[in-house]
Amino acid sequence: MVDVSKVQDIVQRHGCRREHIIAILLECQDEFSYLPREVIEEVAAEIDTPLNSVLSVATFFRAFSLKPVGKHQVHVCMGTACNISGGPRLLEALERELKIKRGETTPDLQFSLDTVNCVGCCGLAPVLTIGQDVHGKLKQSQIPRIVKKYRPKEASDAQTVH
Amino acid sequence: MPYRTNVLVCAGTGCVSGNSFGVAQTLENEIRKLGLDQEVQVIRTGCQGFCAEGPIVIVQPDGIFYCGVQQKDAVYIAQEHLLKGRPVRKLLYSPPAEKKPIPALKDIPFFAKQRLVVLRNRGAIDPERIDDYIAVDGYAALVKALTEMTPEQILGEIKKSGLRGRGGGGFPTGIKWETCRKAAVSRAVDPVVVCNADEGDPGAFMDRSIIESDPHSVVEGMIIGARAIGAKEGFVYIRHEYPIARERLKKALDQAREYGLLGENIFGTMMNFDIEIVQGAGAFVCGESTALMASLEGKVGEPRAKYIHTVEYGYKNRPTNLNNVETWANVPLIINRGAEWFTSMGSGDVSENPWGGSSGTKVFSLVGKVKNTGLIEVPMGIPLREIVFDIGGGIPEGRSFKAVQTGGPSGGCLPESALDMPVDFDSLTEAGSMMGSGGMIVMDDQTCMVDVARYFIAFLTEESCGKCVPCREGLRSSLDALNRITQGTGKPDDIGLLREIGEVMQDCCLCALGTSAANPVLSTIQYFKDEYEAHINKGVCPAGVCTALIEYQIDPEKCDGCHACVHGCSTNAIIGNVKQVHFIDKEKCIKCGACVEACKRNGILKVPRSHAA
Repeated sequence: MVDVSKVQDIVQRHGCRREHIIAILLECQDEFSYLPREVIEEVAAEIDTPLNSVLSVATFFRAFSLKPVGKHQVHVCMGTACNISGGPRLLEALERELKIKRGETTPDLQFSLDTVNCVGCCGLAPVLTIGQDVHGKLKQSQIPRIVKKYRPKEASDAQTVH
Repeated sequence: MPYRTNVLVCAGTGCVSGNSFGVAQTLENEIRKLGLDQEVQVIRTGCQGFCAEGPIVIVQPDGIFYCGVQQKDAVYIAQEHLLKGRPVRKLLYSPPAEKKPIPALKDIPFFAKQRLVVLRNRGAIDPERIDDYIAVDGYAALVKALTEMTPEQILGEIKKSGLRGRGGGGFPTGIKWETCRKAAVSRAVDPVVVCNADEGDPGAFMDRSIIESDPHSVVEGMIIGARAIGAKEGFVYIRHEYPIARERLKKALDQAREYGLLGENIFGTMMNFDIEIVQGAGAFVCGESTALMASLEGKVGEPRAKYIHTVEYGYKNRPTNLNNVETWANVPLIINRGAEWFTSMGSGDVSENPWGGSSGTKVFSLVGKVKNTGLIEVPMGIPLREIVFDIGGGIPEGRSFKAVQTGGPSGGCLPESALDMPVDFDSLTEAGSMMGSGGMIVMDDQTCMVDVARYFIAFLTEESCGKCVPCREGLRSSLDALNRITQGTGKPDDIGLLREIGEVMQDCCLCALGTSAANPVLSTIQYFKDEYEAHINKGVCPAGVCTALIEYQIDPEKCDGCHACVHGCSTNAIIGNVKQVHFIDKEKCIKCGACVEACKRNGILKVPRSHAA
């Protein structure tokens, strides 16, 4: 179940104003790792804005997800420099390695795979990010080793996943 | 300065991903162990610009430049250089073609041709310490603007400098400020100043680097702008993809408040002004001014028609002055050193009319297929050739130059014949591209121009907000045509169709995203029509990029049967015994290119699909 009191805290911190809707949703997304329906409803109620206004913001911006996402979010950079240096190949290699397509999450909720328009490290192209880590100057042969670093080692690790 | 030596460790995003924080930590530990901590200090600086060679460490005052520094190397630097005074030779930079390393930063060609104005403090100060910024004349311009100049004088100086918006449009900043001020005065409404740090162009990271290396210069510029315009409120709209930049900016604002540079009665004057950081959430269109302001108000970031300008009715219908990060960072220097100094750099003549030329410098992110990738700053009007070949060092791996893409998704691709063109606002627009925010992506002969056009149109199709029909449907139809062409099913009249759609979009779209969206297609058709024709008429991708049109083959002359490609192949498509010539099973091959990477003898060939049939 979603703990809506956390949403109230977040809204209180930013102030109950419509201007702060993006900041509030970004923080909710960090807190819950995605935006469940209950959270969006709660935000709408807290800042006294129609549900559809909140929902339209939540669906317009790429940063928000209405579906659960994986513990490790893998983003392959598709900036121009990465694109001509093999970014699409990295994405294909990751799709094979994780056995999911772009925009999907693995069934064990460990990995989500998506693209990002540019992480601004074009000097290191091609680049991918996993969580806050940036991996640059990659070749597709390195993909299995990188993914392995983030895979849970034992079943006991899996329990720490919320 | 009480320290004999400063060790500058680059802490820009590029170097951080190469573990420069670890390097800095090790250096500090070693320095302490060697008992040098009273003499040597480690400073974590913003982006040095030479991202390709990161992580970067510079030892001052000698200006010794180390590149590719790993944690274990930090120990050497401390023991050899900092203790014994002997630069570590193996970590010095050597140009690709030469063996002899160049120890000093100022002698490295990548840096030698640059003219640092906006990036003057990059890698020289700790961006997280306001005292460092003040020590290099920071906030001196603000003192001048607040105590010696009237708002009209500030406006006059900015207008005289010919500063034009660095976000891409190139609108004269002084005129924008003046219009905003007038609108605010005549309507008696408080105006707002906004800094656009929603740097969405793929292949561009100028704004991120400026904020990461010198956030106070942006803050100072905004306070001066607020004084000239009469604003009490300011916003910085920054991408959420830039966490380091956001943190540094937040610290800078906190420090400025602590020093009384933001808030009420700044410097004891009557001026009140504060700045708030607002995060974007990943929408390219929010770099457009009206979409950005909608987003600031907490609405969906859709642009509106601009027959009413945002300088008159912008954020919450208040007069709103929006400038890009780099524009703001130029302001303190113009106030400090005067408009004449600024106009001494650049091209054209702005003394009568700010549209008459491009003064000052421009920051570019020079990336793609070029030897020295990174962030550069050059005077306006420098020939494109000097940027690509002198600063960039030319094309790597002995390949040849094909095109340079400027202006992000709204820009165009310029061929070799445009290399001697001066780089300024008007020349680039004339050639069918644009300045944009400063992305400069170099492409070699292995880049397919049709695929590049397809890439940009795919990007824009996803980022189009969908509000106006020409943009939404025009992009979708263009993408369909380009997909057909790159998959080998293009029709002969597709080129005409793409042109027609492009022209309609230029005339009819609501915002600049749409009106400029056809530029990548139109410019590649203009300069590289033969590639389109090869795809459509012959089913051949000359650059060997479009996977539907190529096949992989093993060159029997080169294959020594080392088996490296067999291990690299994920679909077991390569057959052959060790020490015998291998071959590729075309049924199983998914054309991923992993074998090309794995082969050490360049023995995998890309051949046209028809060739092998």
